[in-house]
Amino acid sequence: MSIIVKFFASLREHVGKSELHIESTDALTCAKIWAQVCHEEPLPSHVLMAVNQEYADPNTRVHEGDEIAFFPPVTGG
Amino acid sequence: MKVELTSHIFHPWTRIHAFEEDELRALKGKYGAVSTFVGTMRNEGDTVDTLFLEHYPGMTEKTLYSFSETAAQRWNILDTLIIHRVGEIQAGETIVLVAAWAAHRAPAFEACRFLIETLKSQAPFWKRETLKDGVRWVH
Repeated sequence: MSIIVKFFASLREHVGKSELHIESTDALTCAKIWAQVCHEEPLPSHVLMAVNQEYADPNTRVHEGDEIAFFPPVTGG
Repeated sequence: MKVELTSHIFHPWTRIHAFEEDELRALKGKYGAVSTFVGTMRNEGDTVDTLFLEHYPGMTEKTLYSFSETAAQRWNILDTLIIHRVGEIQAGETIVLVAAWAAHRAPAFEACRFLIETLKSQAPFWKRETLKDGVRWVH
């Protein structure tokens, strides 16, 4: 399956990419995607994530065509 | 209920007046209370040159709409308005306006408070400061 992974703010700079596509034949979760993209670096506990623009958690399952995003704690307002 | 992200300076009191005139005309006489929160960009230190507000296009708007829907389900309110800056912003400029209209003050106050608190803790916005010697993300 093909999915889009996005990174925002300080995490984009940490990872060095704003967006990438990954292909996989495995069943994926957000945590597995992080591990794959970040070369097995542990997922920091403060990192937030979204699947298709809705908040998700590390165990959320990902499906074909989904958009996954990882970002740091928010600082709006 | 309205949500707007803008990269331009806006004047909160003008926008509240315009919203009442344009969107709430039919509700004139129905609302007895409007509760507002206006946030202004602070400058944390004299080394900051510019401030930039990043967001997640699509998710930020959806998140703010979903907060507005939750507020409408939870409290007896008539309408809400959220305006938030994105992109470059200068200290002293309005960064956010949240307003809630209701027949009575209690739901207006509570919905307004809920909207700004959930925005601050959950809406995907990130502040970046450009300093003389580099860039710093606000924590």
